[in-house]
Amino acid sequence: MHIDLRTVSIKPLRQTFDNVAARLGTNKPASRYQEGTLDLQADVNFHYRPLWDSAHEIFDASRTAIKMRDWYSFKDPRQFYYGTYTLARARMQEKVEGDFELVEERGLLENYPAAAKKLALEVMLPLRHVEWGANMNNASICAYGYGTAITQPCIFQAMDHLGMAQYLTRIGLLLADETELEAAKTAWLQDAKWQELRRYVEDTLVVKDWFELFIAQNLVLDGLLYPFIYEQLDQVLAAQAGPVMSMLTRFQSEWFTETRKWVDASVKTAASESPENQAILSQWTLSYRDRALTALTPLVNYALGENAPAVLDALLEEFNMRATKAGLKL
Amino acid sequence: MDMKVAAKKLGLKERYAAMTRGLDWETTYQPMDTVYPYDKFEGIKIHDWDKWEDPFRLTMDAYWKYQAEKERKLYAILDAFNQNNGHLGVTDARYINALKLFLTAVTPLEYMAHRGFAHVGRQLRGAGARVACQMQALDELRHAQTQIHSLSNYNKHYNGFHDWRHMHDRIWYLSVPKSFFDDAVTAGPFEYMVAIGFSFEYVLTNLLFVPFISGAAYNGDMGAMAFGFSAQSDEARHMTLGLEMIKFMLEQDPANLPIVQGWIDKWTWRGVRMLTIVGMMMDYMLPKRVMSWKEAWEIYFEESGGALFKDLARYGITIPKCVAQATIEKEHITHQAWTTFYQYGAAAAFNTWIPEKEELDWLSEKYPNTFDKYYRPRLEYLGEQAKQGKRFYSTTLPMLCQCCQIPMFFTEPDDPTKICYRESDHNGEKYHFCSDHCKEIFDHEPEKYVQAWMPVHQIYQGNCFKPDVDPTAEGFDPLAAVLDWYNIQFGRDNLDFEGSEDQKNFDTWRQTAKSNG
Repeated sequence: MHIDLRTVSIKPLRQTFDNVAARLGTNKPASRYQEGTLDLQADVNFHYRPLWDSAHEIFDASRTAIKMRDWYSFKDPRQFYYGTYTLARARMQEKVEGDFELVEERGLLENYPAAAKKLALEVMLPLRHVEWGANMNNASICAYGYGTAITQPCIFQAMDHLGMAQYLTRIGLLLADETELEAAKTAWLQDAKWQELRRYVEDTLVVKDWFELFIAQNLVLDGLLYPFIYEQLDQVLAAQAGPVMSMLTRFQSEWFTETRKWVDASVKTAASESPENQAILSQWTLSYRDRALTALTPLVNYALGENAPAVLDALLEEFNMRATKAGLKL
Repeated sequence: MDMKVAAKKLGLKERYAAMTRGLDWETTYQPMDTVYPYDKFEGIKIHDWDKWEDPFRLTMDAYWKYQAEKERKLYAILDAFNQNNGHLGVTDARYINALKLFLTAVTPLEYMAHRGFAHVGRQLRGAGARVACQMQALDELRHAQTQIHSLSNYNKHYNGFHDWRHMHDRIWYLSVPKSFFDDAVTAGPFEYMVAIGFSFEYVLTNLLFVPFISGAAYNGDMGAMAFGFSAQSDEARHMTLGLEMIKFMLEQDPANLPIVQGWIDKWTWRGVRMLTIVGMMMDYMLPKRVMSWKEAWEIYFEESGGALFKDLARYGITIPKCVAQATIEKEHITHQAWTTFYQYGAAAAFNTWIPEKEELDWLSEKYPNTFDKYYRPRLEYLGEQAKQGKRFYSTTLPMLCQCCQIPMFFTEPDDPTKICYRESDHNGEKYHFCSDHCKEIFDHEPEKYVQAWMPVHQIYQGNCFKPDVDPTAEGFDPLAAVLDWYNIQFGRDNLDFEGSEDQKNFDTWRQTAKSNG
């Protein structure tokens, strides 16, 4: 199909906005990611201080110990702005929707073995609440962070975690019914094996330094939890009960593969800025890593039994490699 | 043992509850008041967040699906519009100045709304309300970006768009919208919801949206029209959220009523003052007019707003008392504003002009009580002067209202020939206001409003020059130095439309388009 355009030759006066041109060099066309991201946040001449935080300006770089000469050094390797973000997620959700439909139509969960079902319900359903904590934490980073380049992907991350909490809820409703959701919540609140993780999540909810929160949530907790659940546990369930659960959790596993690239790129940018940043980030990572391992150990033990020590070692090793590659010194 | 029988289906409402508030829990390792530190200091009493009625039930998978579909369509239209030099199809190049005002004044507010709703979406203690706010945070980012992307092609061809972010944080009239939103974001989360969620998105949204987007449609601008129409269903969600928040606060505790009423009064007035600029755009900047500001006020405030306040009366809410003054002023403010911008046209990042005769006639017809009597003679005089080569530009700096930050050009409600001045003393300093209502807002929270970054004061204090400028140097031209700091390119971004670069380029390009076929 050819649209018959009138080809009027017009020489544009400029290629993009001044702030974008100042970063790219003049007469270079800018992408929609760049025009929709660079310098989008106000940075000067705020009128009033927040009644809820009078020690800071509305947007204030001193809300974190991390220091950057230019907060737009952060780049999202996915180049997500709202449009590309929703298109990417719509594609993922379409596939998942197809999987859920197939599982429901063919009754693929009807003969799901009892032991695997129990394991899936007990380990995966309380994670709804972990996702919810991750949603809150990323909303926080988006609200109090500095510079659209890093705050924008955090609202995407927040909504992704809400979406994943909802997918887990759907799995619970497919496998059983809402009483299992209640049981999982009770376990989350009371069962001993969940308490260290719940403590970790609640402790992050009150972290004031938003970059520290980024490390605690997006690098450390996600970085240890997702490989455990969506790789290790997934393999166990697949061995016992076939690939149905892998289908129902493909969003999470694809999501982790995609988002870790952005998380790593962000950590790397901040760490390579200065030795001071590198030291702070490394220290945060170490201390949260150890706490997260403590929090996950009872769950790994419960889910993986005698394989647990080996899996914990492997998770730790993989995480350390990843952190080192992102420029941290552990 | 049949699973199909055992798994009874949840109803829509229960299912959505399981997908949102069911995820939440009462924290015990950290106290709830530390997890949610900001939702009590305003004095709003909430006893039971479970009574919150979800204003819409949208799970994330559905959100991604619908929104992606809208984005696909919107960007397809934009690409086609740009490729086809759609900007040459607008009524005339004066229209493009309305878009400059939009990008520099409104788009940054969409971004602020994005961050503000992320903040409230983190801080409200009720999970249902939090999710709805977070979704709005995401939507507002959409609105900021679709506006930037729609107007990006205009920036390539016309002046005044090129440094909108920088300008928003500096130029005198842009401190009006900036301070409006800064005010809302720095308030507590409940006041923010009344300010933005209710007063702005619900009560006043039609007065902002209809003029710009219908204005785009009337003037052949498919680009701007497309983002407006695409945002419509988002706005509908935002409106229901704002209304639910008001009703929820009022139903939770009778002690909330006076606080909420105070906020509604304040934010209706803040909104009305800011909309002066929109009204001016409707009456003066659209070559093909949709309706007059007065008509818009009558339809969208007096009629629809009246019905809304009737509905809220059962909670004890009364119509804000500032509405009486706004209703008198509907016949005046747009003319007063345009005349002011015309005179300060050297310090504005868009072109100004005197309306053509046929347009003056339209204004006479739309404003039979005031236009011929007070405003037409002034405009005709200024137009006559311009024709004789004496286009008037004021080089003095206006006094601004400490609250709304609009220059003091509004007149006394009972005397349109007399400028309205009010003042208050605070800690030995005098502060000036355009109206009783702005003064009242200040008097209620003086510690807040004394902090305002007042553009004219800042100029006098020497804070609006580039760092390498020496104000003591011989022949120093302060106005030129300020414009340089604003990044207004003299003779291109500012001054009269007649003879402007935009006018010439538009005519040449359109001519080329017509004659080459």
